[in-house]
Amino acid sequence: MSTAEKVLVYDRIKGVKQIPLEEFYTSGHRTCQGCESATVMRQFIKAAGPRTVVAGSTGCMYVANTSYMTTPWIVPWMHTQLGAGGSSAVGMAAGLRALMRKNRIPQEKINVISFCGDLGGGDMGLSGISGALQTDYDLLIIMYDNESAANTDIQATGLTTWGAQTTFSPVGKVQRIMHRRWKKNVAAMLAVGHPNCRYVATACATFPPLDFLNKVRKALSVGGPTFIHTYDPCPKGWDFHPRYSHELGELGVRSGLLPLYEIIDGQVVYTYDARKTAKGRIPVREYLSRQGRFAHLTEEDIAYIQRMVDEMWDEWEVPGVAPFRGNLKVPA
Amino acid sequence: MAVAQPVGVYEREDLLTGCQAVAEGIRLANVDVIAAYPIRPYTEVMDAISKIIADGKLDAEYIVADSEHSQFEIVKHAASVGARAFAGSSGTGWMYGFEALVVTATDRLPVLFLVGNRALDDPGAFGVEHNDALAIRDMGWLLCWVATAQEALEHVLLGYRIAEDKRVMMPMALAMDGAFLTHSQHIVRIPSQEAVNRFLPPFDLAERRLHPDNPVSIAPQVNEDWVMEIRRQNWEAARRARGVITTAYEEFNQVFGPRYKPPYYFEEFQTEDAEVVLVGMGTVAMPARTAVRRLREQGHRVGYVNLRWFRPFPTLELRDCLRRFRAVGVIDRDFAHGAPDDGGVLLHEVRSCLYPLRERPAVVNFITGLGGRDVSIQDAIRMYQITQEAARKDRLDGFVTWVGVRE
Repeated sequence: MSTAEKVLVYDRIKGVKQIPLEEFYTSGHRTCQGCESATVMRQFIKAAGPRTVVAGSTGCMYVANTSYMTTPWIVPWMHTQLGAGGSSAVGMAAGLRALMRKNRIPQEKINVISFCGDLGGGDMGLSGISGALQTDYDLLIIMYDNESAANTDIQATGLTTWGAQTTFSPVGKVQRIMHRRWKKNVAAMLAVGHPNCRYVATACATFPPLDFLNKVRKALSVGGPTFIHTYDPCPKGWDFHPRYSHELGELGVRSGLLPLYEIIDGQVVYTYDARKTAKGRIPVREYLSRQGRFAHLTEEDIAYIQRMVDEMWDEWEVPGVAPFRGNLKVPA
Repeated sequence: MAVAQPVGVYEREDLLTGCQAVAEGIRLANVDVIAAYPIRPYTEVMDAISKIIADGKLDAEYIVADSEHSQFEIVKHAASVGARAFAGSSGTGWMYGFEALVVTATDRLPVLFLVGNRALDDPGAFGVEHNDALAIRDMGWLLCWVATAQEALEHVLLGYRIAEDKRVMMPMALAMDGAFLTHSQHIVRIPSQEAVNRFLPPFDLAERRLHPDNPVSIAPQVNEDWVMEIRRQNWEAARRARGVITTAYEEFNQVFGPRYKPPYYFEEFQTEDAEVVLVGMGTVAMPARTAVRRLREQGHRVGYVNLRWFRPFPTLELRDCLRRFRAVGVIDRDFAHGAPDDGGVLLHEVRSCLYPLRERPAVVNFITGLGGRDVSIQDAIRMYQITQEAARKDRLDGFVTWVGVRE
């Protein structure tokens, strides 16, 4: 455990039995079987508790979650636009702060949380999230990443894994691979660009157990704007049986393709160490071969992904986080 | 305008631009959250507000956003927790945030926006055109044009009063001509805080506010099950707004003296015995009124109708007003390419409002002043002459005239 983690004071959930029993995201939603993004919803609000306001960007966690008259949200919740993950949080936090300072509502700590998908947050809403991370409001933005526009019919986004088959990147007679973008490194990009943002993390809802809950607690305790990127296996979009959702998340992390870490006051703390020097990482094949969306990949394609992942962990200056290669050249 | 005011209603006089006058209105309305993003010409209002806040004259959260979209979403969500909020924009900036403008209206959040009218790109132009603000005309916004800095300040107060009324709950766009009003200085009487407090009650979003003590879900997905009923509610609110607007002006006059005359939605100038009138919005009123004076010196019976409220449109009031004249010339400082008869936006509104009459005045249309081009007194005189000619004709051919364009 690093020094940074020791100084961050928060209400840590130490064991499974300490997880709050109360649910603030309950029945009423109609997400798919095995939906890990729904698990993210359930867990973040469990960790945050009832004195919270939530904004949810357009995405599957809007459309599949909140049908009129059957809302699953026990806490106050409001829809926001696809690219408004950052700005909606700023608006709520600013409004609450002004009203408390002007004695129009009681002074208290109210958590402000906004969530957005990988399309809304990692592509369209990036500018707004950047703006939010430059403010001094206490807020948390959660980007739930199921690597597609999952409600719209599984279209590729800037965070879809290289080579994946989606409805925007089908396998054709001439072109085998239509999606040739490497997964955008959103969390680290935000951490690097916003040095006053005290807490940025990546997480997987179910692996390691309790980790995501505690990351939410930390983000809400540290003060100022914070950001968590979650990796959410999506049975429908990734083409696997819903019973394997948790397992897919764990395989993604252990393969090194989905790095888990926290950046607390600029210090990187690995949640799962996928460097070769540690326990080692499993081959990406073990993760890719379990998903229909990669069924068309050749040995060469898999070798390419493996090479990219190896570089991430073996050559990057900050392994799995920042793609600088060291050897700084300082002018004399 | 009548000038008799109750004593103590104004704290001072100052020389202010239209934007600075709006900033004074924001201070007096005790706005809670302001989000800024720069674009000419509205941007001066944020320069003025940031100084007011820096000087400790207004207690508000002031956020410089990363884009208009974020700027508008910030104030929308600030309003959702019950804060009184303000933003604004111009031209393409307004269009960049358009998605947020639409949802602010459908969420029925009564924020106030300043639109410093500016031509849309391309090509770039700083000057006024009304197409930016007019783009929201069907979206459930209150939309009104002011022609002086005094009106601008007062319509910030009137705007919040009307928008936040329980019967309305619609966002309010306060439009003013770029440069001609945003940046021209006028002597402005600044109301006292005490008088403003008597007129403008605090904002109360009541059972719709987002707060842990009021755990509501706002704007869930409805699809065909409910969206039509929700549209109907918006429609009814826009209809109810007409009565609330009248009440608000009456209350304003009670506090500040007889500043505004019924029917409030528009202002008539020398129309009593007029045969023909021009109708326009914004600062084109200045050359038009001067033209009226000059033409009347020569014995022409002409008048001017300055339309203030575009949404809700004062259908009955304007119909009753315009039916008295033989011909009406509609001035559009906007374009509507390919529209019926190739006329401007305001033409279609006015003509549609007159259609149910059996005996209608002749209606002609002028497209002028685009991109901030000056509309001169001579231009206004020419528009009156064309309208007078229309009054004498049985049939109108080529009834759209571009005034002040090189052809």
